[in-house]
This record gives sequence, C-alpha cells and structure tokens, in this order.
Amino acid sequence: MNISFRMNAEFRSYLSYSRILFTIAVALLLNVQNLAFAQDSTATAAAAPAGGGDAAKGETLFKNNCAQCHAVTDERVVGPGLKGVSSRHDFAWLAKWVRNSQAVIASGDPYAVKIYNEYSKAQMTSFPNLSDDDIKGIFAYVDQAATAAAPAAAAGGGAVAAGGDAQGGGPSDLFVIVLVALVLVMILVLGVLLVIVSLLSKAVNGDESEVAGKKDFMTNLSNSLKRISMDPAIRSATLWIFVLLVLKATLDGAYSVGVQQGYAPKQPISFSHKLHAGEYKIDCNYCHTGVNRGKSAHIPSANICMNCHGVIKKESPEIQKIYTSIENNQPIEWVRVHNLPDLAYFNHAQHVNVGGLECQSCHGEVEKMEVIQQRSSLTMGWCIDCHRKTEVNTKDNQYYDKLVQLHASESKEALKVADIGGLECSKCHY
Amino acid sequence: MENTNKRYWRGLEELRNDEKFVKDAASEFAAEPTESQYESLIDGVGTHRRDFLKVLGFGMAAVSLAACEAPVKKAIPYINKPEGEFPTIANWYATTYAENGDYASILVKTREGRPVKIEPNSLSKISAGTSARAQASLLGLYDNEKLRGPKKGEDTKVSWETVDKEITQQLTQIAGNGGAIRILSQTILSPSTKSVIADFTSKYPTTTHVVYDANSSSAILKGNEISFGKAVLPSYDFGKAKVIVGIEADFLGTWITPDTYSKQYGETRALGSGKDGKKEMSRHYQFEAGLSVTGSNADYRSAIKPSQVGLVVGSLYKKVAAKLGGASISAPSIEIPNLDKAANDLIAAKGQALVVSGVNDPAVQVVVNALNSLLGSYGTTINLDKPANYRQGSDIAMNQFIDDVKGGKIAGVILLGANPVYDHPRGSELAAALPKVQFSVSFNDRADETSSLMKYICPAPHYLESWNDAEPLAGSFSLVQPTISHIFSTRQAQESLLKWAGQPSDYHEYVKAYWRKNIFSLGAGGDFEAFWVKSLHDGVFDSNSTAIASGATFAGDINAASASIAKTYKAASTGIELVLFENVGIGNGATANNPWLQELPEPVTKACWDNHACVSQKTATDLGLAQGDVVKVESKGKSVEVPVIIQPGQANGTVSIAIGFGREKAGKSANGVGKNVYPFATSIGGYLSFLPGEVVISKTGDTREIAQTQTHNTVMNRKSVLQETVLSHFQKDPQAGRFIPKIPTSEGTVDATDLTLWNGHKYKNHSWGMVIDLNTCFGCGACVVSCQAENNVPVVGRQEVINSREMHWIRIDRYYSSDADVEDLRGLEIASENPEVTFQPMLCQHCNNAPCETVCPVLATTHSSEGLNQMTYNRCVGTRYCANNCPYKVRRFNWFKYFDNDNFDYNFNNDLGKMVINPDVTVRSRGVIEKCSMCVHRIQEAKLTAKKERRRIVDGEVNVACASACSTGAITFGDMNDPESRISKILEEEREGRAFHMLEEINVRPQLSYLTKVRNKDVTAKPAEAKEHA
Repeated sequence: MNISFRMNAEFRSYLSYSRILFTIAVALLLNVQNLAFAQDSTATAAAAPAGGGDAAKGETLFKNNCAQCHAVTDERVVGPGLKGVSSRHDFAWLAKWVRNSQAVIASGDPYAVKIYNEYSKAQMTSFPNLSDDDIKGIFAYVDQAATAAAPAAAAGGGAVAAGGDAQGGGPSDLFVIVLVALVLVMILVLGVLLVIVSLLSKAVNGDESEVAGKKDFMTNLSNSLKRISMDPAIRSATLWIFVLLVLKATLDGAYSVGVQQGYAPKQPISFSHKLHAGEYKIDCNYCHTGVNRGKSAHIPSANICMNCHGVIKKESPEIQKIYTSIENNQPIEWVRVHNLPDLAYFNHAQHVNVGGLECQSCHGEVEKMEVIQQRSSLTMGWCIDCHRKTEVNTKDNQYYDKLVQLHASESKEALKVADIGGLECSKCHY
Repeated sequence: MENTNKRYWRGLEELRNDEKFVKDAASEFAAEPTESQYESLIDGVGTHRRDFLKVLGFGMAAVSLAACEAPVKKAIPYINKPEGEFPTIANWYATTYAENGDYASILVKTREGRPVKIEPNSLSKISAGTSARAQASLLGLYDNEKLRGPKKGEDTKVSWETVDKEITQQLTQIAGNGGAIRILSQTILSPSTKSVIADFTSKYPTTTHVVYDANSSSAILKGNEISFGKAVLPSYDFGKAKVIVGIEADFLGTWITPDTYSKQYGETRALGSGKDGKKEMSRHYQFEAGLSVTGSNADYRSAIKPSQVGLVVGSLYKKVAAKLGGASISAPSIEIPNLDKAANDLIAAKGQALVVSGVNDPAVQVVVNALNSLLGSYGTTINLDKPANYRQGSDIAMNQFIDDVKGGKIAGVILLGANPVYDHPRGSELAAALPKVQFSVSFNDRADETSSLMKYICPAPHYLESWNDAEPLAGSFSLVQPTISHIFSTRQAQESLLKWAGQPSDYHEYVKAYWRKNIFSLGAGGDFEAFWVKSLHDGVFDSNSTAIASGATFAGDINAASASIAKTYKAASTGIELVLFENVGIGNGATANNPWLQELPEPVTKACWDNHACVSQKTATDLGLAQGDVVKVESKGKSVEVPVIIQPGQANGTVSIAIGFGREKAGKSANGVGKNVYPFATSIGGYLSFLPGEVVISKTGDTREIAQTQTHNTVMNRKSVLQETVLSHFQKDPQAGRFIPKIPTSEGTVDATDLTLWNGHKYKNHSWGMVIDLNTCFGCGACVVSCQAENNVPVVGRQEVINSREMHWIRIDRYYSSDADVEDLRGLEIASENPEVTFQPMLCQHCNNAPCETVCPVLATTHSSEGLNQMTYNRCVGTRYCANNCPYKVRRFNWFKYFDNDNFDYNFNNDLGKMVINPDVTVRSRGVIEKCSMCVHRIQEAKLTAKKERRRIVDGEVNVACASACSTGAITFGDMNDPESRISKILEEEREGRAFHMLEEINVRPQLSYLTKVRNKDVTAKPAEAKEHA
C-alpha cells in the first residue's frame, strides 16, 4: 500500500497508535471470509458430545458409507434409522455389527436376528476396514446430528445432497455481502462512539487543545482519528481495500458460475445406483451401453430396465412409472446431472475404453449413491490437471507404440497425456 | 522463372485499378458497418464507448443471476432403443441422389436418426464425388417452407383419406368418359417408378406420360436416332480421349452429368513428376460464347457467337472429313481461331478423340455424330450400347402437351416433380390454361409456380425420406432408401399413384418386388434376400452385362443436316445475341430455395444471390455499360432487367444470363432472387434452344451492386501466388513454372525457406497435410458446399456478401491471366478479351510458422502437435489481429450472430433448418474468428476408432469434407508422417517437381502444398524483350 506519510513530527507519536487501529480494521475485514469458511465445521465440532469420537470425521464416513441406507433420525430408509442407537447398544456390539453384521446374526444374537428379519433379511454391507475410532466418530456424528436434525426433520431427504457444496466455490455471495455490510456498520458505530467520547471529553476539559499532550488521551485520540479520517491516503486505501474485497468476492462468484459440483437433482424416478451398482453389482456397462463405444455413455432406454423389471418388483410405484412411460410412449425425462458446456467435447470411449479409467475416477463412488450426484467439478482446470498427471494407457495398444519409443528416447519420465498433446485446444474444442 | 512474371488478375477491377478495389485491397476488412446501415440489425455493432459501462453492469447482473440457478437440462433416452442405433455414433446409409436426371450414388451420415452429411459412395462405378447440388440437397430435406400435408385448393387441413377418395372418384370418371390424363415429369431414372406409372396407366388407360427437361438434351436423342437408329443418350468416356473438343458444352460444369465427366477428364489431366510419372495429358479445345467452367479449363478456347455454332461444327467436320475421307457437306465454312489446329489434333488422335456439343439442335448433333464417327470415337470414347438415362425429355412431346392443355383436350394433369410454369419458355401459356383443366394434382413438395395452379397437392417427401431406385446407365442400378422417417404428413408419389390405381401402396415392397422380378436375374443368382440386402448396403448394383462398346456405323443424312445448319446459322451477325446458361450451383432452378446454393459463388463470375447479364468489355464499351448497371434485355415482347457483369472471355456481341433464378413461389431464399429468363428460350424445329438469337439491350439508369466474392480477399499483392507452365516445359523439367524465391544474404543467395527465425515444430505422432493439384481442380465449388455442410458454416445473405463478409472456410480463387508481359499494355488488352483462367482452392494453409498465432493476444489460435493450426472459439475475443496477419486471407470473422436471428432468415433461423447442424462442430457465435480446422473432429474420430481397435490409423480412413466431395480427387489429405500414405507418396514424387507452397518467399511453411498447373499448349515464341523481364 502506497501511503505517503506527510504528517508533522508533532503527530508522529500518534502514528504507531493509529497504525495499530488501522491494522486491526484491515485484519477484521480480511478475516471475514475465513470466518465464514470456518462456520460450518466449528459449529458442528462445538456441538459434539464430549465422550464420543471425532464427529467431523464421522460425518464424512457416515455420508460416504452409511447415509444411503440409514438416516440419523428414526426414519426408515433402507435400513433402520439410527437415532439413539448408541444408547441402545454398547460400543463393542455396534463395532462388531458394523464390521460384519452377518457374523452377529449367525451367532444367534436375539436383537440382531430380530432386526434382520424385520428388514426382510436384507444384508447390510460389511465394513471390516473401519477402525474403532472411525466407528466411534460415526456414532458421535449420529448422536449429534440426531439432536440437531430433530427440529428440521420435516424437511427430510436433503441430507445427502447438501454435502458437496462445502468443498466447492466458497460461501454464497449474499453471505459475504451481508458480513461485509455488518463489519462496515460496526466500524461506523465505532467511529460514532469515538466521536461522542471525544466530544464529551472536550466538554469536560474545555478548549485546551494547545496544551494537548499525552495527559489528555481522549482528546488526542479524537484529534488523531479526525486527522486520520481526513487523510486522503488512508481514505483511498480504505476505499481500495473495499473495492478489492468486492472484486475478489465477485471473481470467486464468477469462477463458480456453472460449476455444479454436488448437484444432485431429484429425478423423475428415484433410481438408486447404490442398490443396482452397489448391492447387486450390476456392471456400469450393462445399462450405460455407449461408454466403450462413443461420446455418450447413454442413459439407458426403458427396454434395458425391462430386461429385469419385466419380472422383478413390477408392483413398485417407481417401477410402475417405467411401465406408464412405455404404455404412453412417453420417454422418461431424466434430469441431466453432468453438464459440460457445448463448446467442450468429451468422449467416454476415449477415457474408458482407450484410457482404461474407472467410472469412479470422475463420477465418484456411484455405487454408493442413492441419488446420483456430480462429484467432480468438471471445470477445465480439473480436466487439465488430470491430463498433466495421468499416464497414457499404452499397454497392448499399437497406436501408441511409436510414441512410447520416441518418448523413451527423450525422457525418463512416464508418458503422460500432456506429452501427446492432451493439453492442446483442439483436442476438446472444435 | 518466366511464369512468375505472368500477369494475374482477379477481376477487371484489379486490372483497371478501380478506386474501390485499391481501397479494399489495402485494408483487411471492408468498411465497418455504419450505425444507420445496421440500425435494425442486432446490437453491438453500434456500441458507443459510453455504453460500455452499461453493458458491463448488465453483464455483471446477468452473471450473478445466472449463478443463482443453472438451467435444468434433461437427458431423454429412447423408450425402446433401435438395434444398431447408438446416440452420438453416426450411422451411414447408401442411397441415391437422383433429381431431374442428375445422379449421384451417395452415402448419408445420420446422427440420432437425422441425416447430417452427404458423401460420395465409393462403390459406385458411375458417379464420382458429389456435385455442389448433391451436397446441398441435404438442406432441402430441412426446408421449412415445404407443405406439411395434402392440400386441396387453399385447404391445408384436408386429410389423405378425403383426398384419396375424391381423386380416385375423379380419375375413374375421367377415364370412364375417355378423357385424357397426362402425367408430366422431368427425367425419371427409376425403373420402378416407370413401372408404377405403367400400372397406373393400365388402370386408367387414357393416361400418357410426358417427359421433358428444363435444360433439354432432346436433340442428342433425336440426333442419335437419325444417325444410328437409336434414340439414346450415349455414355461418354472422356478418360479415353487424347483430344477433346467441346462446342457449347459445359461438360465440367453443367452438361448432363458433369461429375462423372470431370472425373474422367481429370484422369487425362493428371501428371506425375517422378521418373515413371505420367507425362502426357489430353488437349482440350473449347468453342463457346460465354466463359464456362469447361472453357476456363480448356487449353485453347475460342469465343464464338451463338449464331455461328452450327457453322463451327460444320467447318470442323469439313476440315476433318477432307483429311479422313468423309462425305463432304455444303454448309458454309467459317474461320475461327484454333479451329484448324483442333481439326489437325483430332485427326492425329483418331480413335482417341471426342467431340461434344450441347447445342439442342438435331442437325448439329447429326454432324457431331458424323464427326465422331469419322474420328472412330464410337466404341472408344462414346458408347451407344450402354446408353445413359440422364436426359429422356422430349421437347416435341412437351410442346404437344402444352398445345393440348391450351386446346382443352386434357381432362387430368398429374405433375410428378416438374414445374413447367416456371421452367418452360411456354410457362405463361400453361399457367393460363392449367386452371381450366378438370382435374389436376401435383406431387411437388410445395405450392410452387405450377402446383399452386393445381386442384390438389399431394406432397411427396424428400428423397432422403423415400424408397426408390435408379438406373443411370443401362444395366447399372442403384437404390434409394430412407434415412429418416417422414418429417411431415407426406406420401411418396409412387404410393399415391398405386393407391389411386387400386393397388397395394407399400412402395418399399413394390421396389423390392420389382427388383426380384427384373433385376435379380441380371446378377449372379443365389438368394434374393441376400442380394437385396447387399444391394441396399452397397447402394449400387452393376449387372454382369457390361456391354463392350462396339463401333457404330453412321447412317444419318448428313446433307439434310448440313442444309439445316446452313439455314439456321450464319457466319456473321451484328446484333447482340443472348445465351442462356445453367449456373453450376442453382442449376435449372428446381432447388433454388437452398441458401447454400444461392451463396455458392458461380465459378467464373464469382457472383452469387443473383443472375446477371455477362457482356464482354468491348460490348460494354460499345453500349456504354459499366459493371453494375441494370440493363433491360428485350426480345420479342419479353424483357428482364438484370445488372451487368463485365466478363472477360465473353464473345463480343453476346450476353449470357443464367437460368434458374427469378423464382416466385419457391420460398424465402429463392423468391425474387434474380430474374427468370426461361421465357427467352426459343425453339429450333420444335427443339428447345438456349441460344435464342438477337436481343436489344438498353440501360435503365439504375445500378445494382453485385455480390461478387473474388476481389474480397487480397493476397497482399504478391507475385507468386499461382505457378503454372506448359506441358512441353514440364516434360523437360518437372520443376518448370516453379518460382523458387531467393534471398540475398551476407553469405550469398539462399532459398527463402532456408532463412528462419523460428524453431519449427516436431510432429511425433501425425502430421496432417493436404496436396491440391491445380491441374485437376476445375473450380466447380462442390468442396465449398461440402465444407459448409460439415462445419456448420452460416449463410450470410446477399448484402453481407457485398460487404465482403461471406463465411466460407474454403473458397475457389479464380484468376485470369495472359501470356502478355506486365508492361505490354496492348497484350493485356487482348488478354482481357479471352484470358486464361486458373482456379485455386484457398483455405487455411495450417502454417508451421503461423503469422496468426504470434499476434493473438489471448492464445486463441495455437499450433497442435499434429500440424494443425487450431482455432479456439471460446478463447477468441475478436481482436481480428490474426485475420489481419494472415497472408492467405482465410480467416473469417463472425460479424453477427447468424443463428436465431431474423436478419439472417436462413436455415439457422428455424428449428427444422437447424437439424442439419453437425453435432460434432460448434456453432460459432458473434465476435469470434473462425477458419478451416482441417476437419479436426473427423481426425479425432478416426484416431479414436484406431485406438479403440488398438492399431494405427490406416491411410484413407479419415478424409476431410472438401477432399471427399471432389470428383477428380484434386485434394489429397493424409498423414505426412506415414510413409505409406498417398500424400507422402505424392510429395515424395513431387517435392522436386510440381509441389510448391503458396507464398514461399514469406516462409510460413504451410502444411498444404499445391501442384503447378500445366496447360497442354504449344509454346509460342515470345517476343525477345518479354523474356528479358523474366
């Protein structure tokens, strides 16, 4: 900051003081965003019951592994609601159940058998890899969330979807603006208060400004504040800081335009990937027939659904929607989750067939998603980043033979996508 | 290097140094639009500086609004996915383009069930490449102005059932009363359709089928009947000819089946510089009035007046007959430059010679036949045993039909894809008489000039929605299969006819049954279903009866023909004579409502969106005309007002005007564009003549700007743009005519290409490039339309073309030149009377040292690791620096948003028209530069296919849109890193021969090479001083 000090020696003594004030103001302003970021996690952490594990970690684990089947309330999803579960069972039992529920049932534990039968003998996925701490964390989160969720339970359903935003583009614009406005109001109030104080002190001391010194703190303070507020350098600096902050907020906002990370819209049929891909382990290719062939992975046509649902679960109201669609000759209008802008060309076959990538690399753990959600940001930076890091799948592919040879003669590094033109514009834009 | 001093000019504007030309040549972009001029056009053009903040503010608000909620997009799968149909993966179907006798066997690329591109079918032995019209026929499918269903009078709500009931009733009644029914069509190539007509006729026996052609070849059929007793159109083989003489026959542009002829002709023009390369080429003489595409490519061209054409044929015959011992004829002789030479060359090439004439006069055709017979062409270059079906019309029958309608002798008229009110000179007579006919129905797709006079219109679907077949040459068949289900409530004409004849109306089954009965037996036998499926897959079927061409004995009455010629033609005339000609893009005007064709510059005049009166400089001076003057052309009570183009090469005392314009009821793109000149056509002994004789030309005082593209893009006044030589020089030195620029340095003179500031690029994987052979590019413009279709190039309209803002990614530059020296003013004056013409396709050269790349401030244009100069639209901010710095002037700026914009009401402005958009190529928005991408999407697709199959790309697997459409193969595309590719082999052979880079002296090292143009001319000794300049 280019503040020119044109003050008289007389006032130099006040300088250090005013500088401190100034720094505090700036720091306050700059911290607004950090505070805003911190809000979610601190709030939840603070509410965690003292005895349990790390609820924050537990939340992540819960959302990734459990939320598809269990609610934190007593609502039934696929499995039972978990509200108050840690008070019903001791930790050892719970841990055993989580790691291998079938073993508990096989051991003849009456409660386990009861639950098993009650939920039409649906097996719960085993999580043998979770540590004690992890499991403690999960239940800490469940307890804490159950209390928090109780009043808001009516809203329901949205718990899964909300998760993604936190890692996204930061807090909303409105939030930042409100905070900035609040800070400004606070500064104004502070200023007014200081003015009042100085006026009062003037009234008490009379007009003795000539002998003002360190003895008369309040007068000096008010004078120096006045001067500071009149100083064009300080004024312009404040203005600049304000402008820069607004600019930064705008830019952040602009960068997140069109980025739909975490987007998990409600679909016309509540199709569960968790059930199909996760539990029944149906191969992605079975429905997404285009993934090895071409640009689009294909949203399966209704006749693919009918391969199984011609027999299975015909009576379910969700499946009935497919029947209705076929009868009325009206295709199902799914909501597109992964949207690339028209100017970008992406081809599934290149990545899956040729590159040998797993679907999960970009789509996240689809097999665990009840409602399909956009896990990756799908920004150009995200694409480029991967192209820089990823090695080309050259194995048994004659197309790359010459390239591999040439590369090996020039470099010891592995052949990355970026090395064969993977960062060039017209690979994706034409 | 004498050729580099040859003077080239792009138009008379340049030769004369017109003020406007000089001004435009100096600036990259023609004048920017003024506010008043474009007030009604979209915003942005007139943005004031002070508006900037407003726009900025709005933009910010819009962005924050947009951030609130992204629009919900739907993904809608099939309910029941058809087998073999994969979204985003193209399917290809073989079918046939057969419209009014034009024929091309094609492959149609469909995406998600809609056709998006037409490519030539390489399995066809008959058609080669695709013409501009065949390419553009795709857009005809998505013409928004077609009828949506049947129409009775003005009632468009009528149902098919009602129409069928009423029509059947009326037909029965008419036939019962013995009333005459006429089915009127242009040439029909389909044997099945003819069979349907026969079935219809047997139900209603008073029916007769009348066939005519708008641009008739009726006299050729008659001539062959007189000469050989066969009323057929022979199949010509230009490929076997060493000497070709064309007399008013534009066989590379519009005559009968130009694509096939171009391919054959191209084979005789191709050369190779290598040791074993082909060093011989055909010699081509052309005698014509207007400068045609064919005349432009001739080695010797002579301008003649239409009134002389019969005598030219006669004199040529006399000269040849005198030496080869033919019967002598009495027609007066005429001396025309090059005629003696042509006769001598023909005689020398006996058995390998071919004379063709497009004059629709049986007498002329009989003499041409006699001439060809003398030259031994029958059995070699002409085959009467495998006749062509492209033109079957009979002018006599058509005249009789019109007389009958006028005389009230016809009770029912069925119009099968013809529009005689527009495209016949007696159209107005017909228009007056047709409404009086008791019953009339049209199968045309819209209420055009003729159909709107009919009682019913039963619209037939586009050929891409139809089943059909075709027999272009006797014994060679092809199939038409639908590539999309019917877009509107239309029904094929054949189905309608069958229905009214009380037969099962499934035309698909009908064609199949016809093939089972009549065509299957011509094949190798076996299982019919297998034969049918194979024929459908291949699109074509050639019967085994490949008739070996046998000679034919001329038995015509040449004296009668000669007498007729002596009567009709005269050696000298003083008046201005009119020539009607077919425009390469618009053709006979049947498909004029096609903005791609309207915007395709006519190859020679380079003018579009209008027809013009082409006159020579001398005639213009005599009449006091200047380019752009609107003149009134009058003859026998008929007149049109058209603007003048001063056309070098046009015969003095003649005026050429294109047919196919001046439609009134075709649709937005065609209505009122140009003037209809069909009414000027006359008849010679009942045969339609496009050489109607003398007209009166007078100035109206108006002027009209001409949308002419040639002088739009300057090439910065360089001297070495074109490189050409003559055959004898080439035979001695393959590098003849090459201009190898040298640059003097402190270490002596070096090649310009040896000096560089650049590091160059290394292409490890592919190095895509093109070679364009100027010797086999005839300038037809098929590549331009093919590129337009492939790359979603917008149509900008007449006014924008005038403003130099056409968007074509590839253009064909047409240069005039003469042997005269630059300072030989007298020589230049002679040259402009009959210049040599060279065509040069110009597109992004994909420079390795690209001048555009260095000046882009935002890196929107960059170089790829495969040799492509990439253009990234989403990065471009529209500074246009790149276009400024491009030495080839191939970059195009989007001055406007050309889609969803009522000011550009073409195919991008309606939902149906937008179906033609190639989903793999971005539709560019306003404010960005675009240019040839070397079809990078096709390259990417082919690479992916290869990678999926774990192999390298095979040469020929990927081709660019321009190259694939070319019937002569003038453009070769491929990977220069692959030593086995065709392009590598050509370059290996030609590197020390004809290959050159354009503007080599600036050393931008393009990925594109050209091969020098070679003319088969005798070297005339030049004046000594001219050589000194070289």
